[in-house]
Amino acid sequence: MSAKRTNAAYSVVEPTTTSKRVAGTLVVLYAIVTMIPLLWIFATGWKSPPDSISYPPKILFEPTAEGHCNLFTTRTRQTDEFIESLGPPRGMCDRITRERNMVIAGESNYFPRFVNSLIIAFGSTFFAVLLGTISAYAFSRFKVPLADDLLFFILSTRMMPPIAVAIPIYLMYREVGLSDTRLGMILLYTAVNVSLAVWLLKGFIDEIPREYEEAAMVDGYTRLQAFWKVVLPQASTGIAATAIFCLIFAWNEYAFAVLLTSGTAQTAPPFIPTIIGEGGMDWPAVGAGTTIFLVPILVFTILLRKHLLRGITFGAVRK
Amino acid sequence: MAEIKVHALRKEFGDFVAVQESSFTIEDGEFFVMLGPSGCGKTTTLRMIAGLELPSSGEILLDGEDVTFNRASERDIAFMFQLFALYPHMNVRKNIGFPLKCQGVGGRELRQRVEETAKLLRIDHLLNQPVSRLAGGDRQRVALGRAIIRRPKAFLMDEPLGALDTEFRELMTEELRRLHNRMKATTLYVTHDQLEAMSMADRIMVMNHGVIEQLATPQEIYDRPATRFVADFIGSPAMSFLEFESAIEPGQTSVAVNGAQVQVPALHETREPGPLTLGVRPEHVAFDDSATLRGRIFGTEYLGTTQVVTVDTDHGQIRARISAAHPVSPGETVGMTLRSDRLVVFAGDDGRALASDLYQGGTGAAHG
Repeated sequence: MSAKRTNAAYSVVEPTTTSKRVAGTLVVLYAIVTMIPLLWIFATGWKSPPDSISYPPKILFEPTAEGHCNLFTTRTRQTDEFIESLGPPRGMCDRITRERNMVIAGESNYFPRFVNSLIIAFGSTFFAVLLGTISAYAFSRFKVPLADDLLFFILSTRMMPPIAVAIPIYLMYREVGLSDTRLGMILLYTAVNVSLAVWLLKGFIDEIPREYEEAAMVDGYTRLQAFWKVVLPQASTGIAATAIFCLIFAWNEYAFAVLLTSGTAQTAPPFIPTIIGEGGMDWPAVGAGTTIFLVPILVFTILLRKHLLRGITFGAVRK
Repeated sequence: MAEIKVHALRKEFGDFVAVQESSFTIEDGEFFVMLGPSGCGKTTTLRMIAGLELPSSGEILLDGEDVTFNRASERDIAFMFQLFALYPHMNVRKNIGFPLKCQGVGGRELRQRVEETAKLLRIDHLLNQPVSRLAGGDRQRVALGRAIIRRPKAFLMDEPLGALDTEFRELMTEELRRLHNRMKATTLYVTHDQLEAMSMADRIMVMNHGVIEQLATPQEIYDRPATRFVADFIGSPAMSFLEFESAIEPGQTSVAVNGAQVQVPALHETREPGPLTLGVRPEHVAFDDSATLRGRIFGTEYLGTTQVVTVDTDHGQIRARISAAHPVSPGETVGMTLRSDRLVVFAGDDGRALASDLYQGGTGAAHG
């Protein structure tokens, strides 16, 4: 940064006021730039369908829950006489739907798809981190034959885009009956994430001195107990950071989900674009669906924020 | 408490032999120090006794029981690490109580014994603090507390003072020794610091390249080093060595070095003419202008009450510890007399000290 020399007391390590201001402004600008699309999606979720596609785009609009109603329901168009005959509307969504000359026919698939996403993303994260922790511990502490080659092999699975193997996996899954199953998706995402987990966690576990386990073992613990009671608590930072990375991948994954799931096991990402309303895409429903889709990751990240900050900078500062 | 017997212990890492066949016995209640430069095999030996490393061959007897291949947790020993290995996610109380908890002791007994131990080490006021906030010396005490709370058969310590600053180190040296005198626990202590070893040990075992060079009391090791390596390693500043060539006859009481006849304790060996080394401690050198052993002053190191003067001779440098009041100027030629009853002659080939009156009997004039 532009740390200008001034006549006042000058420190080489303390940033000057000017450089702090410049840095602060840049960070705020960057935040705004990255936030705009998210804000736009959020706003779209509360617009009416005509507002959402109006040109020029509307910054100010009258918020309506129509998008959210459309997201969770399926509707059919009916004649005015039929709607009249139904009596007073039951609830807000019913009223909004009737204003558009439609009635609610049933629940949409968004909620089950969202639950699929939760199960598959958290499930695969759990297994990837579990396997990653155990393997990383083994690589870090034991003499594994060909350890370097194995580690390279594990890393090499990430050297091509996973989607490159989509067709073989699709055929394999169809053959063994894993197509469109939650188990199949959990296995797939676990397999993709486990290499990342092993490498990240090996770094963290390498940094935990062996003496801790040795002390525990001399004091009467078995290796497994020492691992559980002494190593794991100290690796919690790394485990949290790894879990977030794995979760974000599994949560956002689109390509495999489109290819391998279509019905019962479909996750939210391939479902959201299929929300089609009257005369094309129902943008407010898409906006609402996307906004709700972001919540679990947001909550999970905020919960683990403390670990994450320390985790991402691991190795940079020694304890 | 127990006696530790080590028999023909050997450890290889691949092609590298870390510890050659070593046999020694640590008496019940003894403070036994393993001393040597890094990589000499002392820590490996300690870890094999602890059960953290399995030997390639040999046996370890703890209180008469063969524990060579037992797990660490089945040996009833306590281990103190250089970095203390205090569990950072536990507070002081939990750290000290950890070994008891592993044994299934809980409730009031656990609480009481933790407090007893903390009181003994004067850290009872810190019990509820996280270990990360402790000063070096207090961390050391917590580690010590964790070791003594279980009253194990033996304490093994791997350079426990290595990570402390000088001030704490001196304090803890004293405390460790006082604690030992009180508990009379068999203690096996590893260090590369000869001052620590000399000030604490009942007996010292000096190791080098996986071989035991000498095992004796501190004074014995200082006064009668078994090898040139021991003589060089022990003492600060180290012993000075003058290289010369000569034959040795039994009963010979002087050697010719640097154009002077130097009186030595009567030698008991026969040797063909060959390279030899004369070893002299700095405090056994005195300046004397009439002496025939002469050299040029190279420099001096001022230490307050004394100074260490380095003198160049054709056969090597001699360091002399003399009064700081004695004026010296570099470049000046001086004569030196060596205290003849304390000199050692080493074989030039294997560095072994030649048998002489100094090594006979032990007591006598030599033992000051």
